[in-house]
Amino acid sequence: MRGSRRPVIVAVAVATAVAIAACSSSSSTSSTSTSSSSSSSSAKVTLTWWNNGNTQPLLGVWQSVAAAFHATHPNVTITVVPIQSDLFTTKMPIALKSDNPPDIFQQWGGGQEATQYTSGKLANLSSLSSSWISELGPAAAGWQVNGAQYGIPYDQHVVGFWYRKDLFAKAGITAPPTTIAQLESDDAKLKAAGFTPIALGGGSRWPDAFYWEYFAVRLCSQSVLQSSIKAVNMTAPCFSQATTDLTAFMGTNPFQGGFNATQAQTGAGSSAGLLANGKAAMELQGDWETSVVPALTSNASILNDLGWFPFPQVPGGAGNPTAVLSGGDGFSCTTGASEPACDEFLQYIDSTPVQEELVQKANVGLPANSSAEAVLTNPALQAAAKAHADAAYDAEYFDIAFPTTAGQALDNALADFFAGKGSNSTIINSVSSSSGH
Amino acid sequence: MARTQSAKAAAGRETISRPAAAGSRSPRQRRGLRKLAELTVLLAPAIVLFVGFVIVPMIFAAWYSLYNWNGFGPLSDFIGLQNYGGVLTGPVFHQAIEHNVIIAVLSVLIQLPVSIGLALLLNRRMRGRTFLRLAVFAPFVLSEATTAVMWYELLQPGGPVDALFKHLGLGGLTHYWLASTTLVLYTVFVVATWKYIGFGVVLLLAGLQGIPSELREAAAIDGATPWQATRRITLPLLGPTVRIWIFLSVIGSLQLFDLVWIMTMGGPANASTTILTYQYINGVERTQFGYGATVSVVLFVISLVFALAYQRYALRRDTEGALTRAVG
Repeated sequence: MRGSRRPVIVAVAVATAVAIAACSSSSSTSSTSTSSSSSSSSAKVTLTWWNNGNTQPLLGVWQSVAAAFHATHPNVTITVVPIQSDLFTTKMPIALKSDNPPDIFQQWGGGQEATQYTSGKLANLSSLSSSWISELGPAAAGWQVNGAQYGIPYDQHVVGFWYRKDLFAKAGITAPPTTIAQLESDDAKLKAAGFTPIALGGGSRWPDAFYWEYFAVRLCSQSVLQSSIKAVNMTAPCFSQATTDLTAFMGTNPFQGGFNATQAQTGAGSSAGLLANGKAAMELQGDWETSVVPALTSNASILNDLGWFPFPQVPGGAGNPTAVLSGGDGFSCTTGASEPACDEFLQYIDSTPVQEELVQKANVGLPANSSAEAVLTNPALQAAAKAHADAAYDAEYFDIAFPTTAGQALDNALADFFAGKGSNSTIINSVSSSSGH
Repeated sequence: MARTQSAKAAAGRETISRPAAAGSRSPRQRRGLRKLAELTVLLAPAIVLFVGFVIVPMIFAAWYSLYNWNGFGPLSDFIGLQNYGGVLTGPVFHQAIEHNVIIAVLSVLIQLPVSIGLALLLNRRMRGRTFLRLAVFAPFVLSEATTAVMWYELLQPGGPVDALFKHLGLGGLTHYWLASTTLVLYTVFVVATWKYIGFGVVLLLAGLQGIPSELREAAAIDGATPWQATRRITLPLLGPTVRIWIFLSVIGSLQLFDLVWIMTMGGPANASTTILTYQYINGVERTQFGYGATVSVVLFVISLVFALAYQRYALRRDTEGALTRAVG
């Protein structure tokens, strides 16, 4: 789940989900939005804003952003409703079915957005945003449905290998690997030096998927990748080859023992915690890693110990070697919202000052507006940003790119495969059938 | 019963001998009205809550289960019983049911004897009894989420549990408690036992308090050994409590979710999946709400059938007297 990719303690949140859902739904229904007819600049407008900034520092940043927008647009009041990420899965269908959905809500784009689009409640922001959306570059395309902009990103994420420079040095590795063969030989060196080469949060399921998806991104050509995602069909041979290559890679035992039960971000025993505490040398993760690891270790200079390199090249791959697996966070407006105000607010969030604030204070990773990348100071994060900027194309995480049902089925099939159950056919068929049941 | 009838007869005679004045109500009518008012006031809130939060959602679930519905837009794709076919023939659902049954059976076979033993022990007068009772009951007070997070950390590879085994010279017994597909279900059961044993003990202690001490004393005078007194007097009289505990335990096992979800999410590879984690993964995460509703209906039917059968065959003896008294 993309929700788990935020540094939150998902585990505890699950159990309190019902209570929180009850509280936040009552607060959202009590805050009424004005009708779309009151779009003239003088009319008072209230926008209810559901976002996943339920923990600091993002919580505080969003509140100050809403207040600052109100200061310059006195007729627009933003009601901030922070909601834990995972709850959007259950809350959005109900909200979009009701007559009173939030005016602005968290949007991860892709197939999930396309699924929500069928509710008929998502506002088409294409014409309103046409004057400024180009500032975001190709990233905004991930928030389109049928070529129209139904959501707008505020940050971008890119997946790659985070590694401990100190452990690499101790194992005698002088430069990060650029091919799978080099990665495997580096794994052997790390093992010989007494370190776990790679930490994997298999208990959270979605980190498993990154491996198979990256093999597929390297092996499939861009056109095959795009048409397969669109058709929700993975029968092209390159996907099966990805399973074959992944199987060979897993055969070298690069991960920590018991990785099937390791969570991605919760506690020092999580995969991010193993990296943070020097128990593992690498982790394949998104750029949010820099916001996750500092909380999991007492090492105050942990961010200086981390380096970043892109997923290595795979021999015989038809994909462009610079392509990256990526995604991001964004927002959608609903049809009941005052559209100019809603669009202006999303434009404000993507303006350079707010983008810089998000990077510096909220550690959101890479800004959606590349003009704010100048404030990225961490060299590892800069390397990730550069790889993203130089990428020939982006491949969105498959679980988001596919419609939700198929994407989640793929994540489960891959997690089962990592746990030794299932085969290439269970992975390939997971998206096109309900065999996962 | 007889007393009630004679009272009614007396009331009848009264009515005949002294007809009520027009417009006023007879004492019998007044009593009836008062009873009605009492029942309304006392039962209405419960009925409203029960209908609103149990009956109505159940009807909705049954209705949704007939549709292919992703949660967005209207219910338009009616597919009849197709979801039921999918659920009932799905191999992972069979696995989930098997896991729930294993947990329920292990609960009765292991938790029950342990609970009875602890309850008998803690029922004796001894030094530190209050503290021991508290210690046994404390885990039950923790929320399932807290329990799950705590044990998840304790069971990490190389974590405190493994360290304890090594310290005791039992390093060979360390395992990937949560990552092994063969062990994980039993690990979850041990954690559930740790959490719920206190509840069983408190319930059984309450049951033990209800057994008059004179019975054991009389048996002792007749020459019964303490074991004989326990075997022939205490345990049989504890029967109603044990039967209620089994009922609660089995229903609890069928509804197992929080502990499993937080510790393993039903994994690895469905090795610890339960009916409800199956429902969450296939219904909520995959936004197949019609399918998820179908799983709820199936779980409801399983629970209902068990509850009715258990009432009919096991609890009837215990509840018969209580119900007769309440009605009469």
